[in-house]
Amino acid sequence: MEERAGVRFLLNGRPVVARSAPGERLSRVLREEFGLTGTKVGCDAGDCGACTVLLDGTQICACLTPLGQVAGGRVTTVEGLAGEDAPSRLQRAFLALGAAQCGICTPGMLMAASELLRQRPRPTPAEVEEALGGVLCRCTGYRKIMEAALLAAGDAPLPAEPAGAVGARRTRLDGPEKVTGRAAFGADRAPPEALELRLLRSPHHRARFTIGDLDAFRARHPGILRILTAADIPGRNGYGIYPDLKDQPVLAEKEVRHRGEPVLALVGTPEAVRAVDPEEVPIVWEPLPPVLGIDAALAPDAPLLHPGRPGNVLIEGRVRRGDVEAALGEATARAAIAVETSFVEHAYIEPEAGYAVRRGDRIEVFATTQAPYMDREEVAAVLGIPPEKVRILPSVCGGGFGGKLDVSVQPILAVAAWLLDRPVRTVWSRPESMAASTKRHPARIRAEAGADAEGRLTGVRFHGDFDTGAYASWGPTVAQRVPVHATGPYRVRAALCTTRGVYTNGPPAGAFRGFGVPQAAIAHEALMDMLADRLGMDRLDFRLRNALRPGDRTHCGQELGEGVALVACLERLRPIWRRERERLARDGRGEGPLRRGLGVACMWYGLGNTSMSNPSTMEVGLSADGRLTLYNGAVDIGQGSATIMVQICAEALGLPVESFTQVLGDTARTRDAGKTSASRQTLVSGNAARLAGLDLRRRILRLANAGPDAELALDGPVLRVTENGRVREIELFRLTADADGEVLRGIGSWDPPTEPLDADGQGVPYAAYGFAAQMALVEVDTELGTTRVLRIWAAHDVGRAVNPTLVEGQIEGGIAQGIGLALMEEFVPGRNENLHDYLIPTVGDVPEIEIHLIEEGDPLGPYGAKGVGEPALIPTAPAVLNAIAEATGVRPTRVPVTPDRLLAALAAAKTRG
Amino acid sequence: MHRYERPKDLETALDLRAGGEWQVIAGGTDVFPAMVGRVAPRPLLDISGIEALRRIEETAAGWRLGACLRWSELRDHSLPPLFDGLRKAAGMIGGRQIQNRATLGGNLCNASPAADGAAALLALDARVELRSRRGRRELPLAEFLLGNRRTALAPDELLTAILVPASRGEARSDFLKLGARKYLVISIVMVALVLEGDAQGVIRRAGIAVGACAPTARRLPLLEERLLGRRLDEPLAEAVDGGVLAPLSPIDDIRGTAAYRREAALVLLRRGLEGLATAMPGAA
Repeated sequence: MEERAGVRFLLNGRPVVARSAPGERLSRVLREEFGLTGTKVGCDAGDCGACTVLLDGTQICACLTPLGQVAGGRVTTVEGLAGEDAPSRLQRAFLALGAAQCGICTPGMLMAASELLRQRPRPTPAEVEEALGGVLCRCTGYRKIMEAALLAAGDAPLPAEPAGAVGARRTRLDGPEKVTGRAAFGADRAPPEALELRLLRSPHHRARFTIGDLDAFRARHPGILRILTAADIPGRNGYGIYPDLKDQPVLAEKEVRHRGEPVLALVGTPEAVRAVDPEEVPIVWEPLPPVLGIDAALAPDAPLLHPGRPGNVLIEGRVRRGDVEAALGEATARAAIAVETSFVEHAYIEPEAGYAVRRGDRIEVFATTQAPYMDREEVAAVLGIPPEKVRILPSVCGGGFGGKLDVSVQPILAVAAWLLDRPVRTVWSRPESMAASTKRHPARIRAEAGADAEGRLTGVRFHGDFDTGAYASWGPTVAQRVPVHATGPYRVRAALCTTRGVYTNGPPAGAFRGFGVPQAAIAHEALMDMLADRLGMDRLDFRLRNALRPGDRTHCGQELGEGVALVACLERLRPIWRRERERLARDGRGEGPLRRGLGVACMWYGLGNTSMSNPSTMEVGLSADGRLTLYNGAVDIGQGSATIMVQICAEALGLPVESFTQVLGDTARTRDAGKTSASRQTLVSGNAARLAGLDLRRRILRLANAGPDAELALDGPVLRVTENGRVREIELFRLTADADGEVLRGIGSWDPPTEPLDADGQGVPYAAYGFAAQMALVEVDTELGTTRVLRIWAAHDVGRAVNPTLVEGQIEGGIAQGIGLALMEEFVPGRNENLHDYLIPTVGDVPEIEIHLIEEGDPLGPYGAKGVGEPALIPTAPAVLNAIAEATGVRPTRVPVTPDRLLAALAAAKTRG
Repeated sequence: MHRYERPKDLETALDLRAGGEWQVIAGGTDVFPAMVGRVAPRPLLDISGIEALRRIEETAAGWRLGACLRWSELRDHSLPPLFDGLRKAAGMIGGRQIQNRATLGGNLCNASPAADGAAALLALDARVELRSRRGRRELPLAEFLLGNRRTALAPDELLTAILVPASRGEARSDFLKLGARKYLVISIVMVALVLEGDAQGVIRRAGIAVGACAPTARRLPLLEERLLGRRLDEPLAEAVDGGVLAPLSPIDDIRGTAAYRREAALVLLRRGLEGLATAMPGAA
């Protein structure tokens, strides 16, 4: 390469000379040459805005700007936002209001907002929205980001950090590193000498393939040190969530079953690996007719995807209680509906990334994940080594939503590092991530319900087929969870709810916020509206009449205890519902082609695994110098578990949050706190954190010979125990420290008490449930078929909000994803594997959200708390659809309700008269 | 990484262009997305440093918009109402980050069927100026845009300016864009409208273009003809019917069906004309 003068510019106020190629993307130069990994890469295509930086004061996408264009310019990155010793006011406002969740979009949001604040010190909300319109966020629902930018613009003092633990709006503990760009996501860290790995993937939905002369190919690419194929996998070439369903190969053997499936891995220098044109890799494809969609898969002559799965049926699920035929026969009003949903992409802004390092007979994998202990099992099996030899170091996770519960980069990185005995890293491109990662199951649902003259549900019949794609992944979970929730959160005398998971050549459908329940809720909430209308009852009152209450039996036969506050949710919304309905009646439904409608929907959601043990264990240590460490194996994917676990533990222990540091997720140093899924961390790991705090407290009190009400205070290496005015001092530095430097430890484990379900789904599937009701006000343009959500009201039974700011953040983010599910999100393999054709809501698509937290306490929850991650999303789409139905008189049954679909439905209804 | 050149003047750029196979780049907002997971197929000739290509000039014949003018510069520039539609389009192309880098010329050379700028400029009767070492030529925009990702640009040419004829009377223009979300929208349909009236308020020129409904944005001559001679304050929307869409050939894709595009185009045309008639900006 020729000698270059380099490109001179000001980087965060300092003159620099960049030696990278001048045609290189600025994002890569910042990250790789200057180590400024605060600038994130989400798409390399200008679609997500995560890489937003300022060039001469204006926001630009660093991924679209060649280095040469910044010559002589001023570049400001998130690392340059903070002052000498303190974050800027904007950064502090983001912290105080909870504007950062996973943190991957945060640098982009901060830079976009900072451009605006330089140009317009007192912007209007509309100006803030415009300024942030080019940055996608998948976690927050944008509301808190808007609020933070507006707060930063004013002179009002920022909220002070509150005291206290459980119930306090504490700033998230991982927040400072997220707003300054220091947080290390999957692509942000790797040993400098790491080789790069790149997967070659199938361009076909289904094909046989043969691999040609790889030696000749390597001879042309000397920087490629190794090419891995299925034959190179040392252990089991298969992974999957269920022990008997490890059906997804790390690298395909002979045949691929979905577009994007990897067939070989190139490992070499970054330059060599990146220079490869996939077309020149010698793979000969023989495309086969693909099985796409449920109908094709169930056709009698359909090719079978997997042995031992006749008819391509992966699994069936069922809950039966009472005589549903009789119950429907007795009903005064009956309603039936058929609903169809699409593949939905998680669209976390952080693509899959990480690295692996071999250390003798052990392997370490640093990667973005929601489930480090499951990753450990999978990597061990793929390498054929004991799990104890595998260490998983979760990176900061840039969004998961269920999509990072399956392994992605982990096994192949481990194989490469193991075989080459050199560190190996990989970062998936956005198209790779979208083609290869799991999706929400497309569902085809038929449901029917009846109610008696008093408006009491008599029976519900439900059948849902779920397209689980090419591999099992979490398909069985969906098939089992849906029947348990398919009645909706209502008392019903009889029910028959069945499901099937069906293999197709679509992308593997796995876990996505709600495990099929959001799809089912669209059906049951439509039925509730239809029945109420047929009985001439108010739609909200009809739900209230049927809402599950403490002491009721579910259709699984489970008798509910306390901690069932759906009635309170509905009663909280009821005056708003009345007011808004009256307003619509008074002011009309809109002018010209615009029509407004109000919808309501409810949901319930079992927290934790369905009738399966899913324990968590937490440990807390106190060191000789008086520092507390929570060994917290629960991965924070942005929802805030790294903050609330400390709040809970601190509450139990009786020492302040400020005294804590944490070890997060490292399987070598933390215990198994299960996976971050099923809205289980608050309930399950929260209880473990509470028990760990109590355990340590017990040990301290015993040491001090003090009673249970004694107060604890840390003063450096001295722990003071005060009881009835009497002070005892424990000199921590005199105690014997263990290998971690801890002189005292507490440990806590908790497993939600459930019971197995019998063949009819009768039993105790979950120990606790979350409940919610949401209302949506929408405006439909009946000439264009477009729908605008004007406002959402959300009442959530959260038991107790450990950190109300974080709970609100979960609810707002879930609602944003629910709006996407309802109106715009549909993944079509091979058609929209990018973030400009696949649409997720932008800052302009999420309206104001009014949140009502119902805190009646759950008897099993830590300090009464329970999860809200999935409950937040589930009622949104049904509420929006019900609102569209009210606005237009036409009930959409196919989601997303894109403009063309809605207009066609309106036209069809008009034709029918 | 390939060679990269960023000349400061047009002559050097034209010399380089004539001397090799280049990927011309200005704002980079189309070039880099096409290279996700790939290396640059050709060396990059970056023309964004040529200041002469970033000017807005008013001439006797009309307006000369430099090819490397950024959409944000146009959006924020004070221009007569003739340009209201184009400026509105400028504020709807990608997010702010894109508007701050993407250029008018790049939008045309990329020749996406959904290029917002193409429809707006087509409605303005824009012509393009093409330069090479062989000389200078002008083409009507409609003759420059040949199809999906195809233009009349010769391998040794650069698009250097967009020429917009001056309006002869009172001009009004608008741009309506339809997508399934608020920001970062790739149009399902877009409509650009320019009407010019004489002193009596009679329409003497009409430029109506529809984008994302054919391989390139298309003018609607029948509708334009029907509008001529009417008064600006008449109910113009009634001039719109299915017949005026004859030049369009929309397709079914993930953003919408062909039938929907036709229907939506009619709605947007009616709304756009109603909006112009009342001198109120239309609603998209």
